[in-house]
Amino acid sequence: MIDRLDQIFVLLKHWLVGYLPGEWQAAAGVVVSVVVIIGLYPALFALTTVLERKGVGRIQNRLGPNRVGPYGILQPMADGIKSLTKEDIVPRSADAVVHFLAPIVLVVTVFMGFAVLPMGRNMVLVDMDAGLLFYFAMGASTELSVFMAGWSSRNKYSLLGAMRAVAQMISYEVALLLSSVVVVMAAGSLSLVKIVEAQNHYTWGLPHWYIFTPWGLAGFLMYAIAATAETNRSPFDLPEGESELVAGYHTEYSGFKFALFFLGEYVAMFSISGLGSTLFLGGWSAPLAFLTWVPSWIWFFGKLLVSMCVFIWLRGTLPRLRQDQLMNFAWKFVLPMCLLNLFVVALWRFIGDGWLRWLVCSAILVLAYVGIGWEGMSRKRLGARSYRYAD
Amino acid sequence: MLGEGILKGLAETAKNFAGSFVSKERMTTVEYPEERLPLPEASRNFPFLVYDGSDWQAGLRCVACQICEKECPPKCIYIEKSKDKKPDYVGKLQIYPTKFDIDISVCMSCQICVEVCPFEAIKMNNEFELATDNRFGGLLLDRKELAKSNEYYHQIHPTEAAEVDARLAAEKAKAEAKAKAAADAAAAKAAGAPATPTPVAKPSEGERKS
Repeated sequence: MIDRLDQIFVLLKHWLVGYLPGEWQAAAGVVVSVVVIIGLYPALFALTTVLERKGVGRIQNRLGPNRVGPYGILQPMADGIKSLTKEDIVPRSADAVVHFLAPIVLVVTVFMGFAVLPMGRNMVLVDMDAGLLFYFAMGASTELSVFMAGWSSRNKYSLLGAMRAVAQMISYEVALLLSSVVVVMAAGSLSLVKIVEAQNHYTWGLPHWYIFTPWGLAGFLMYAIAATAETNRSPFDLPEGESELVAGYHTEYSGFKFALFFLGEYVAMFSISGLGSTLFLGGWSAPLAFLTWVPSWIWFFGKLLVSMCVFIWLRGTLPRLRQDQLMNFAWKFVLPMCLLNLFVVALWRFIGDGWLRWLVCSAILVLAYVGIGWEGMSRKRLGARSYRYAD
Repeated sequence: MLGEGILKGLAETAKNFAGSFVSKERMTTVEYPEERLPLPEASRNFPFLVYDGSDWQAGLRCVACQICEKECPPKCIYIEKSKDKKPDYVGKLQIYPTKFDIDISVCMSCQICVEVCPFEAIKMNNEFELATDNRFGGLLLDRKELAKSNEYYHQIHPTEAAEVDARLAAEKAKAEAKAKAAADAAAAKAAGAPATPTPVAKPSEGERKS
């Protein structure tokens, strides 16, 4: 019964596909999974928007939306209807084809990432050997759509936003990749299914998730920072800084195209949180050994929603960075820490079991954190401002 | 150490988040259509016409002197005088406006009409929910829509209304005293004229009265 519940979606799919002739079954199975993914994540997106508005409202001692439906939970419906019925404006001097393609490219590439994410036991669309590589290849193409949007709009704010976005996303792409490589080194595989299985063991009832190792914790923190920057979330929301750039690269988008950008951004957050929990938080595995009876997909989506809540919490807390702070942080702190982490995970592997590797690895990472943090991030004393001509 | 400030900030926002569910005084929101803050007494929006008593047409204080119409900077007031007269609060016969329109889409709420009115007939209302689906007619208020009772005036601006009432009562008392004095003088004159004729001073006083 418990096993049945764990595999309920897999069984449902097989039952549904079973009505078709044999040679069609494989293709139909893929179509069913894709449809479910494409339906599920926008639904989660709708839930998250209302959660975010209520959550940030509460952080600021406001009520948040409470007009549509009980406690405002139907707000996404109203927003959706509004964006569907709005006029779709394309600027006269815009490159209409690219302007039209940009949101589609964004949404398509963002959804492609879910192809390799295991969302539960046996619940992965394609079990690729190089799943992580595929994921990052797809994740990197979102930059293309952002630049397409900014360039084709023919608006200086759009272009500035897009330039910022590309600079930021490429800088943090490096950190994102390097922080994930440690997991690949530890698990010995690029396949996300194998990475989850490598973490799905328990000692004294506690899981072997990578976040519970010194290098895993460091890697996870770096991954979280890079992921926040990758998805253009606050405090790294410079590309669409509304106080400076109107709305950044999607300034010239309205109606449903804007909604697609919005959707793409949130689905990218789901996807990158899903990858983060797969790499460091054991994917669909239970956090304690006696909880393994709970269906695996509940753990996966639970972790996803918890990380969304952390995203919202961060957004409610931190102010936006400046461009130079953003770049300094990426290249002077996150990148050195990631590189050091590669060394630490190798050390962890070759010291072998025992308390020594815990001590050595933690010491190296803590010292590096304090050292690089103090040296690289300390506030430079610039002194009183001097003017060359106006004195 | 790096990240300390972030942790402090996260703790602060978490405190606010949790606190907003616990303590009511944290929440500053007033959910407007259902609940509203009381308007300050000095609040004002557009003018209205004050009437005494219960019949708005009989009690209208306005005597159609058209001072407000002439003084109105954006010229949003339109008045037509009546041909006949009706008694005002003192009892004196006055003309009244047959038409008194204010276009509140033009009015700029400057209160000059209130300041120039010698009859305390026009005052500022504080009603602000004036949205209408009729763009032209809906914002052109006629004298029936503008007429509000003195009780309503007391309700929205109590201090000011009390002052106005005191002033009007004083004026009325003065007018009554004057009328009484005039009546007494006339009676005395009527009684005294045949007995003791004093031809020098009295007639001039009588002329001034009339």
